[in-house]
Amino acid sequence: MASGWLTGIVEVQAAGPVVAAADARPASGRSTADTPHGGHARWIRVSHWVVATSVITLAVSGFVILMAHPRLYWGATGNDLTPALVELPISRNYRHGGWDQSFAFFPQVHSPESASRTYEIFNDNGWGRSLHFLAGWFLALTGMVYLVAGVFTGHLRRHLLPGADERTARRAWEDFVSHVRLKFAPTTGGPPYGILQKWTYAGVVFLALPLMIVTGLAMSPAMTVAYPFLSGMFGGSQSARTIHFFVFAALILFLVVHVLMVVLSGFRRQMRAMTLGN
Amino acid sequence: MKAKQIVTTRRALVTGLASAGGLLLGACSKQLPPTYGNVLRMGDLLTYTAHRFLLPRGRLAKEYAHGDITSIPAVGTTNPADSHQGAFNADNGPIYERLRAGGFSDYRLSITGRVSRPGTYSLADLKRFPARTQITKHTCEEGWSAIAEWTGVPLRSVLEAAGIQPNARFVNFFAFDDIAEGIDMFDALHPQTILAYGMNGRNLPLPHGAPLRLRVETQVGYKSTKYVQRIVVKDEFDDLGKIGDLQNGWAWYAGI
Repeated sequence: MASGWLTGIVEVQAAGPVVAAADARPASGRSTADTPHGGHARWIRVSHWVVATSVITLAVSGFVILMAHPRLYWGATGNDLTPALVELPISRNYRHGGWDQSFAFFPQVHSPESASRTYEIFNDNGWGRSLHFLAGWFLALTGMVYLVAGVFTGHLRRHLLPGADERTARRAWEDFVSHVRLKFAPTTGGPPYGILQKWTYAGVVFLALPLMIVTGLAMSPAMTVAYPFLSGMFGGSQSARTIHFFVFAALILFLVVHVLMVVLSGFRRQMRAMTLGN
Repeated sequence: MKAKQIVTTRRALVTGLASAGGLLLGACSKQLPPTYGNVLRMGDLLTYTAHRFLLPRGRLAKEYAHGDITSIPAVGTTNPADSHQGAFNADNGPIYERLRAGGFSDYRLSITGRVSRPGTYSLADLKRFPARTQITKHTCEEGWSAIAEWTGVPLRSVLEAAGIQPNARFVNFFAFDDIAEGIDMFDALHPQTILAYGMNGRNLPLPHGAPLRLRVETQVGYKSTKYVQRIVVKDEFDDLGKIGDLQNGWAWYAGI
């Protein structure tokens, strides 16, 4: 919530044309009429923290689930007896050898085969999966409420989606340069957001989190029996699982940068805006 | 495959937190899987309820071509007669060993509970039913998956032959090892839910559940019980005690 980045650029550059351009277009997000105290609306604060708690719970439980089988594949299937796309060096299950009772199903040379483990793997999926799905419910339901409220209040259109004048590489570059130089605006504790901030939040809200939910559902036997396109659109349930992992990694990167920006732009002010709403 | 073990610490941690809500949900009806005051089980119950109310019925799991068959690990119990395996049952182990030595010709599947004609079925009896062969994907809760060809008798055919009663709601499966699983009638009567005696064109191999295993294509792998010994049809939910999912820390409804 390093808010007011756009304002920051304007003030740092102290240049006329940008100010004029922004002032000429109230729809680009400079209006603060709906947040008179500079904080966030109550429904945004509540949904922010429910989603934040859910995402962190999902990240932890998801990592525990991944530890049971730290191999990623592409396509419909993949297992310890087939080649992996990526092998992650986490948990004792990483490249764990030890198979016996192996036999081929068919007489051909490269026949599918079967084998049994000679070792006990790490597997805490009993609570890991249940906690993951419980948090998933919180994320999905809160996300739906957030999107509906966001459309009806105009929050998504006015604050999150970059305006027509902001969708240029030059404006994004300018904002990027000012970030690299650590030039931040005095914090207002809410919208309007900077250009990169808008792109990032829009990416999380409209792309990353929905993609996490859909790729998650694409791994479910019950869901894919009912709706085969769920896994079909990703090229198979294992492809969906792989995408699920990489979007998770992207969201963790977002979380780190997000918290860093909150700290750099004024931790107390930002936290007050997202908790007390002023 | 999940390990069967009692997870007392975890349950103790969440039980106090969730007891009030669990009582509320659990007291509604024994027709739904109870939560046992476990906050984790509330998410599973929500998933189960949402699936049964919202998902379309009568859809079939994707069936693949013979060339799509992949390698498949055998996990969990791979020999119920092996006393070193985690879910070994001291009573059933020797029985299983004797049946296996005799090529399972003395094997009898028993069906009891809410059926008009409880009884037993030999493998020959089961093979007299019209068989179903399906090449489907096995999705293990661990995260891997594999495709294999399964041949067997639709569970529905066997239940109907046994005279399933109108008040039947859950079908429970007890294996030769210390594993028991239950499914509801939605999954039990699904056309692809079969009692498989064949895999990839041969008799079901020992590590994959010989002589008879369940295949539930609408659920993750651990609901497809291997080494099925007996089937009990119930009119109310049964957590199956120390050999069931819940008391071992696993979801009865295996999730989203």
